[in-house]
Amino acid sequence: MNVLTLEAISVRFGGIAALTSVGMTLKQGELLGLIGPNGAGKTTLLRTVIGVVRPTQGRVVLRGDDVTPLSVDMRARRGIALTHQIVKPFRSMTVLDNVVFAAGHAKTGNVLRALGTRSRSEETQRARQLLELVGIDRYADANPNALPLGALKRLEVARALATDPKILLLDEPLAGLNHIEAERLADTFVRLNADGVTMVLIEHNLGQVARICPRVVVLDNGKKIGEGATRDMLSDPAVVAAYIGKEVAHA
Amino acid sequence: MLPTLGAYEVSLIVIVSVNVMLALSLNIITGLCGQVSLGHAAFFGVGAYAAAVLGNLGVPFLVVLPLAGLVGCLLGLLVGLASLRVRADFLAITTMGVGFVFVGFVRKQNWLGAEMGLSNIPDHGLGDAGFVGVCLALVVAIALLSAYIKRSWLGFGFATVADDEDTSRTLGIDVAAYKLTAFVVGTFLAGVAGATYAYFTRFLIPGAFGFGVSISILAMVIVGGVGSIWGVIVAAVALTLLPEFIRVVNDYKIFIYGVLLVLTMRLSPGGLAGLVGQLSASRAEMPPRSAGAQP
Repeated sequence: MNVLTLEAISVRFGGIAALTSVGMTLKQGELLGLIGPNGAGKTTLLRTVIGVVRPTQGRVVLRGDDVTPLSVDMRARRGIALTHQIVKPFRSMTVLDNVVFAAGHAKTGNVLRALGTRSRSEETQRARQLLELVGIDRYADANPNALPLGALKRLEVARALATDPKILLLDEPLAGLNHIEAERLADTFVRLNADGVTMVLIEHNLGQVARICPRVVVLDNGKKIGEGATRDMLSDPAVVAAYIGKEVAHA
Repeated sequence: MLPTLGAYEVSLIVIVSVNVMLALSLNIITGLCGQVSLGHAAFFGVGAYAAAVLGNLGVPFLVVLPLAGLVGCLLGLLVGLASLRVRADFLAITTMGVGFVFVGFVRKQNWLGAEMGLSNIPDHGLGDAGFVGVCLALVVAIALLSAYIKRSWLGFGFATVADDEDTSRTLGIDVAAYKLTAFVVGTFLAGVAGATYAYFTRFLIPGAFGFGVSISILAMVIVGGVGSIWGVIVAAVALTLLPEFIRVVNDYKIFIYGVLLVLTMRLSPGGLAGLVGQLSASRAEMPPRSAGAQP
């Protein structure tokens, strides 16, 4: 069953076409890789799914419902969560509170309900479990400013998971991490996916993509140039030319 | 037995109470939700003039209080809607404009007394002790409401909107609803403060709600520590009483408020509350001295 369908998404920023008629589907329980060279439009596509970017053409369909007209917060409340490429923790609160707040999404979705409730015990318990799951529970009471990048990347994941998403969009979660950190976080994604979380992963670390994503969609210059089994796609001449070829050429 | 209060003591208590109410009401908008307002005196003034008009129509004081708050929050709702369209620095300018528009409007309205002011506001009928009691009860109620909001999930949401609106949205927060709620609650309370002020002075002039008043209220919030309820109360009390007790402070009031704002921003952006927090944290980190420790 498709949980997400993107129908001919086009995005223009002024005179520049960031995406041109990109279509793709995401199946329930899938861990889909979204790859392509820099400037391919991967982040723009994920930002279109969450609603930060409005498509000039096309539709975003979530579980059969057209969510294209919906705002970012409405889409988030329908179960789309995004981790940011450039980490964006709430810096005025502790690491734990960042996740507690996200875990309280059922209470914060409506201001009157938010005003009428104070207890945070359930959400705090859930937040501690998630911090443990992503391996940063030792930083729970720290301010995000004191955390290394690897821990902040994990905080992004824990906070997104706390919203109980139907679809988790991961925008370069492994960037800036060393090999061991990247492998550990990638393993976490595999475990979460095995537990039933549907994911889209943007990643330049093709080794990890090949290891954990059975299927990928490939973008180049705002267009989809390939889609299929990861092993096949990474050896596809068009993909090699667009992505790996360019890097080899620059090397 | 309660001591008998003289007219001077009554006026001090009422003015301090009104300023604490105003500072706490702005603290909900600016301190908790991060929406900078440079025109809070307009909501204070709308409440005061609404109270005067309603009072003259024969509405009892205790009924006027919430009605004046409602009129204040109607204007607050309009400004709140404007806040949805503009980012923080533009909102500051917008609210400052609202303050000027309010004073400019009242100055030309004969039915509001225009430049000459609005007098003949009826007596509240509670006596001095009763009125002081109402003022103190309002201060306590607003402080408790502020503390409740801050600890509720609404206050948690305010904190994230103040921190990063865009990230809040991706976590399902209806940022517009949160901002409007902050404006509605904060300006309602400013309207109530205005009604209290109107029934105390029983004479209103437009100049009592000018830009300087907005800046004074903001200074109380910033010097106390944005978002801190006790810090804002302490700052509001101190900044109201200092000009009363120290003449030179009264002569240079705006100058001193300006210096305090600059010093707070430079030395302790978290204000008084931030300073106390830093001092407690540094004391907690100091190793305990043992009796036999070598120097």
